[in-house]
Amino acid sequence: MSRVEIMTGNQAAALGARLARVQVVAAYPITPQTSLTEALAQFIESGEMKAEYVRVEGEHSALSVCIAASTVGARAFTATSANGLLYMHEQIHWAAGSRLPIVMCCVNRGVGAPWTILNDQQDSISQRDTGWIQLYCRDNQEIIDTVIQAFRIAEAVYVPVMVCYDGFVLSHTLMPVEIPDAERVDAFLPPYRPHTILSEADPRTINPVMFADPRENAAGVLGDGYMEMRYKLAGALTEALKTIQDVSDEYARLFGRNHGGLLWEYKTEDAEVILTGMGSIANEATIAADILREKGVPAGVVGIRAYRPFPVEAITHAFRKAKSIHCLEKALSYGFAGPIYTDLRAALYGSGCEAAMHDYIASLGGRDIQPDTIAQVVFERVIKPEADGRFHAPLWINCRTE
Amino acid sequence: MDKMKDENISAMCTCAVGEAGRTGDWRSFRPVIDHSKCIPHQKGKAACFLCWLYCPEGVVKATIPIAIDLTYCKGCGICAEECPAKAITMVREEDHE
Repeated sequence: MSRVEIMTGNQAAALGARLARVQVVAAYPITPQTSLTEALAQFIESGEMKAEYVRVEGEHSALSVCIAASTVGARAFTATSANGLLYMHEQIHWAAGSRLPIVMCCVNRGVGAPWTILNDQQDSISQRDTGWIQLYCRDNQEIIDTVIQAFRIAEAVYVPVMVCYDGFVLSHTLMPVEIPDAERVDAFLPPYRPHTILSEADPRTINPVMFADPRENAAGVLGDGYMEMRYKLAGALTEALKTIQDVSDEYARLFGRNHGGLLWEYKTEDAEVILTGMGSIANEATIAADILREKGVPAGVVGIRAYRPFPVEAITHAFRKAKSIHCLEKALSYGFAGPIYTDLRAALYGSGCEAAMHDYIASLGGRDIQPDTIAQVVFERVIKPEADGRFHAPLWINCRTE
Repeated sequence: MDKMKDENISAMCTCAVGEAGRTGDWRSFRPVIDHSKCIPHQKGKAACFLCWLYCPEGVVKATIPIAIDLTYCKGCGICAEECPAKAITMVREEDHE
């Protein structure tokens, strides 16, 4: 039977990994991820979870262990934050290029320098182009459900999945969470089958050096070149759009909770002013939308759950009636604009959506952001008559800029 | 076209001699042996064989005359560099008839 318990986001993620029957955990502690790996270590040590916990000397090794484990057919899980994630960077590419369905929680934290242990999303955003699927959670219930879904998605398309959630805001905040029944999770998530079965009878060399053009192997078979392999990875990410939605729909049928698959919407039916973001800030935006509605502004929220693959079709549909779009971002492409703003502009260009687009940089390094502040800055932009569809540099909220 | 069909979604190859393919096609320079200068050939007995000893690919045969397996020789030129009799010359592949 499922049951409700009060827990932190990190405990929810650890329980999700346990319910997913993860077989190998390799992780290195880093704030704010630490209590997640501590919980897993405790589960394994006490025998509640049948898995190997491999202790490593750093994050690069943590993901390397997961890559090895996943290659030989074990369901592998890791978690990290900020500079730990960046230390993994080389192996993050490697896991995706090897098409290994590893799941990693990125407990979002600002990147040093200057040092911060508090939340923003610059860490996972900076890993955007590694070929991983990225899903962003808005509360602790979504974290436990998304970790379970992530393995189903990853193992269907053989692409690793990063489950991202805000450090401290979610990782260390207590919320009631319904823990799904283990037997039903087993039915939802069958055992992992690797794409290549390694055996003594059929030994392989994994990831030999590739050349620019396809070339024959020793048996005279003309195999794929580097570019064909990369094309297949790109195709898998596109295919994952349907998989993410299907898995979310099936999960909703079985467990009664629907987090929206690729994206979710709040009061968008009649909304002309649409706020958007990823993770907990998008949840805050729903309260801001209610405040705006009290002021007579028809506001709604489109929360982005799948950032990679970027759900262009779903986004084009969700924003089709928007007159203005307001991107709330916890990351920045320095020298340009926020990642959501730039991707949304690209996705909506030529779609018929003529909305004025506004970009807001908020909450970097844990700077507090409240719904009434969001409502206020959006309101000021909405009443401005000069709003148009041209590119505008982002507005930094709650920041001394003079 | 069937020959092109590779079902693997990640890069791999079977374990075999020349598993990365016939690596001789990496070569830009080809080792050409002047057997009249080669010490074992001159003396008519096993001697020197520094080319065989130094070859990082193990493609030189310590025979009389010595032989280099061009199917796998990558043309690094170490044999030519080490040969005390200067019996091996590296020649551009396109200049070789």
